[in-house]
Amino acid sequence: MTTRRTERTGGATGGSLRRDGMRRFARNRIAVGGCLFLAVMAALSLCAPVVAPYAYDAQDLSLGATFASGKHWLGTDILGRDLFTRILYGGRVTFAVGVCATLVSVLIGVAWGSIAGWAGGKTDTVMMRFVDIAYAFPFTIFVIILMVFFERSLLLLFMAIGAVEWLTMARIVRGQVMALRQREFVEVAIGLGLSRTRIVLRHILPNIAGPVIVYATLTIPAVMLLEAFLSFLGLGVQPPASSWGILIREGAESMEEYPWLLVFPGILLSATLFSLNFIGDGLRDAFDPRTTRE
Amino acid sequence: MQRRHVMNQINVIQLPLFSLLSFLLSCSQKTTPVERGISSQTLLIANQTEPQDLDPHIVTGVPEFHIMEALFEGLVIAEPKELQPVPGVARSWDLAADGLTWTFHLRNDAVWSNGDRVTAGDFRFSYQRILSPNLGSEYAYMHFCIEGAEAYNKGTITDFSKVGVDALDDTTLVMRLCRPTPYFLSLLAHHSFFPVHPATILKFGKIDTRGTVWTRPENFTGNGPFRLAAWEINRIIAVKKSETYWDRSSVRLREIDFFPIDNQQTEERSFRTGGVHVTANLAPGKIEWYRANRPEALRTDPYLGTYFYVVNVTKPPLDDPAVRRALSLAVDRAAIVRHILKGGQPPATCYTPPGTGGYHADSAVRFDTTEAKRLLAKAGYGPGGRSFPAVELLYNTSETHHTVAQAVQQMWKRHLGIEVTLVNQEWKVYLASKQRGRFGIARMGWIGDYNDPMTFLDMWVKDGGNNNSGWSHTRYDSLIAVAAATSDREARFAAFREAEALLLDEMPIVPVYFYTNVYLLHPAVKGWDPNLLNIHNYKYVYLEK
Amino acid sequence: MIPFLLRRVCIEMPLSLLVIFTVTFFLIRLAPGGPFSSEKSVSAQVRAELERHYGLDKPLQVQYVNYLASVVRGDLGPSFKYPGSTVADLIAGAFPVSLELGCYALLFALLFGITAGMLAASKNGTWCDYLIMSIGMGGICIPSFVLGPLLVLVFGLILGWLPVAGWSGPLDRVLPSLTLGMVYVAYIARLMRGGMLEILVQDFIKTARAKGLSERMVLVRHAMRGSLLPVVSFLGPAAAGLVTGSFVVETIFSIPGLGRFFVTAAFNRDYTMIMGTVIFYAVIIITFNMVVDVLLAYLDPRLRNG
Repeated sequence: MTTRRTERTGGATGGSLRRDGMRRFARNRIAVGGCLFLAVMAALSLCAPVVAPYAYDAQDLSLGATFASGKHWLGTDILGRDLFTRILYGGRVTFAVGVCATLVSVLIGVAWGSIAGWAGGKTDTVMMRFVDIAYAFPFTIFVIILMVFFERSLLLLFMAIGAVEWLTMARIVRGQVMALRQREFVEVAIGLGLSRTRIVLRHILPNIAGPVIVYATLTIPAVMLLEAFLSFLGLGVQPPASSWGILIREGAESMEEYPWLLVFPGILLSATLFSLNFIGDGLRDAFDPRTTRE
Repeated sequence: MQRRHVMNQINVIQLPLFSLLSFLLSCSQKTTPVERGISSQTLLIANQTEPQDLDPHIVTGVPEFHIMEALFEGLVIAEPKELQPVPGVARSWDLAADGLTWTFHLRNDAVWSNGDRVTAGDFRFSYQRILSPNLGSEYAYMHFCIEGAEAYNKGTITDFSKVGVDALDDTTLVMRLCRPTPYFLSLLAHHSFFPVHPATILKFGKIDTRGTVWTRPENFTGNGPFRLAAWEINRIIAVKKSETYWDRSSVRLREIDFFPIDNQQTEERSFRTGGVHVTANLAPGKIEWYRANRPEALRTDPYLGTYFYVVNVTKPPLDDPAVRRALSLAVDRAAIVRHILKGGQPPATCYTPPGTGGYHADSAVRFDTTEAKRLLAKAGYGPGGRSFPAVELLYNTSETHHTVAQAVQQMWKRHLGIEVTLVNQEWKVYLASKQRGRFGIARMGWIGDYNDPMTFLDMWVKDGGNNNSGWSHTRYDSLIAVAAATSDREARFAAFREAEALLLDEMPIVPVYFYTNVYLLHPAVKGWDPNLLNIHNYKYVYLEK
Repeated sequence: MIPFLLRRVCIEMPLSLLVIFTVTFFLIRLAPGGPFSSEKSVSAQVRAELERHYGLDKPLQVQYVNYLASVVRGDLGPSFKYPGSTVADLIAGAFPVSLELGCYALLFALLFGITAGMLAASKNGTWCDYLIMSIGMGGICIPSFVLGPLLVLVFGLILGWLPVAGWSGPLDRVLPSLTLGMVYVAYIARLMRGGMLEILVQDFIKTARAKGLSERMVLVRHAMRGSLLPVVSFLGPAAAGLVTGSFVVETIFSIPGLGRFFVTAAFNRDYTMIMGTVIFYAVIIITFNMVVDVLLAYLDPRLRNG
């Protein structure tokens, strides 16, 4: 077992491993379905100006909120704007935030956690106390201050979200790295005189991919909803532009009167998250050295 | 022994099950708090937020005012229908021929909740307290019509005997004003003019100590129709009928419970399931449902307030009055009111709400896109002219402001071809931006402090504390000064009318609509009359099936 | 273990708190608008008086030293927004409510999350696994500001079984606890499943299986301890967040908890209240993270000398 793992993670057969993984992933129908769905949604959102039947800010006040019809496929909101159009445009922001902010938080979290976990001692103490401090810092204040000192922009939004969402990731990664460091294959690698960077990159990180992927898929919905909260506070997307998080937030306010305003964006967001999740699981199953059995 | 043991075992299993079942059953069958309240004369009020305090000289908000109304009584009270002053602690009053000296004759039987008499000296003490600079009362300015009050509050005089408030004896209070104030009596119904019990205040601090514990239920002394029974932060404030109040025989409610429910959806749900008799607000989305299904519970009372956009006239292109007029002409107020707000708000035709203290301004605000386009072209923008510079529309975070702003943004885009950026800021950031003039156009709402046009019109004078527009006009200032100096109704209103016409011609503000108070009221609540200030003196209120 | 704890409690914790205190103290003063800015402009005299009363007229560094000294003595000061109450009073009144709610939610989350996660892991790849994880995903997709009103709609308004708001009877506890706990059920289930899948392929599980132990014994006795690692790491901050209250849930159900103060204090620029809640929260989160580190060491012997 141990020897096999060492061998697999040693990268001696890295290329074929990747090819094997791809093949395994391609056989996972649910994961491939998720990929297809995401691709279609992303394409639709990107091509929104071409695909959308209306302008995203075109109002028809006297029409108001109506349920789905031939003219408006998913109905209209209280300002009489076409919901389908707004979902397409909103998808752009949501996808961008979901991908970028999650990436930022994963990168920071993994780097921070693995350095702390690997180095141990004083470095670890200082780094983890920093995480404690960051946890305790009042988020609302942070947002208000960010808004004051910087021009509002999507970049700022990603930063703000990334800055809060990496903390738990860092804690989880640190715990895993600390556990792995004691394992035989790592000790063997150290014994072989491999450089620390190489050990962390080639041996540790692949082994924590599982929890990282799991937590990353948990981060994506959190990030998307956080964006809605920040936009509500005035940081981020400003009306008449929108995002799925904002649509859901507004839909929740009138879920009894105009349920479709919540249901349609909700279904799309859920479907997207499900897809991401299936993809995440599929990737882990396909590439994680320890679950590759047959 | 054996039997008992078995019995015990059964009990051990059955008892919790049984009690749980019977508990659940009793829950599903029991009457709602609202029904129980009707039979016990307990009024349940959803009162927005936790009050800052229960000190009438400290608090500033509407929810606090609703509680003050139960716990204290001023010299006069506002009769609930037309808000005419009727006797409170003062039995009668007269105004001297100079139009400045008021004499109040206090009743003998007015007492505090601890049994002490309410005297003219208590009122003098109270007015000295709110005017004390150290107390830092934000509503002290309501007293500035009294001679010397402003100077005392600013610390330029320190001797309160120089202020025009004198207690000649226990039942005679004389107040000298520094300017004729026709609405003086209606000011007296405001909580800043309520008395506090001197001995209680002095027991827990000095006359001007802020934030002492005298307002805790165990220390509290008031003189209103109700006494403070319980105060649990963020849960409930309960007041019970006072047995010492002079007019206790006309008080029919036994208890009022105020619940701090700050979420509109929550208070509506609570109302629907019989948790409260009255809510503070109702979200626009819910109005249609109530209008169709429970019209008897829906109330849309006129309210003394205007919703408008203030324009920063120091910033081009908004420094051109023609541009400001064009913006105003392109706002379809009727559509906003009908399709977004839905609560019977009158679209603004002027700035001061019609009927404020009996005053009606000339209609000067309308929706006319052709004229708007013409004015904008005249100012040099639009087709063939310059392109319109970037302008930001600032509002504070709120669902309604957000929706109205988007509608207005779209109207300007459609009718004038102008792109305006929306900027949404958290409340205090928004206040700071507004006060520092860091905005192009900003949303504002103004609720009158008292029922007189002055509360709306005097804010646009040069250097007025709330005039953030950067606009001023000497003619306007002198008209307001004329109105302030006379007590002749016709002369005042004529000055106001001319001032308002000038304001709406220069357009540092774009009025949008007049507020209404949209809320839910259980039909069993009687004596809850609609009025402009949303004042409901609870001694007139009762519950009846 | 003892020196480790001593160092954490006596040196690291006060240092972290000092940093949090200092950063928060100065940063909140950068936010526009002070505690006494209001729509109807306050006269300069009144504002100056208010500021003098609360010591806000002194130079910032003097305010900092004074406030730090009073906090060290255990006095968090008076609230600016609620002049009749001290910050300590307000926290003492609201925290037990949030704590109670948080404990129910946590219990609910742990019970269902761990069970579901283990079940899913043991049936890895079957329909049962997918079903559980899909429900779990649903729990993550539905934010509490949707789930809360939705539960109220069904159980409070349509069925009429449970109260829609308030915090007096035992029935008032049900919907808020479910709303608050649901997201965590999903999180814990996912982390648990992930952790368990890691463990189940390891040698000692194989050995246990080979010894002929029943699958349930293998799961509960051997696999569970190790697979709790990621859950426990996650739980530190999560539990701290749970017991200090949730703004959204407390607002939806009108619960007099601490969560509302966290957010409203920032909006009100109630400086002392912000400082009080932040310090309080910091103490709790640092303590919880410390407990978690101890727990981790207990669960995974390899971490002990770390």
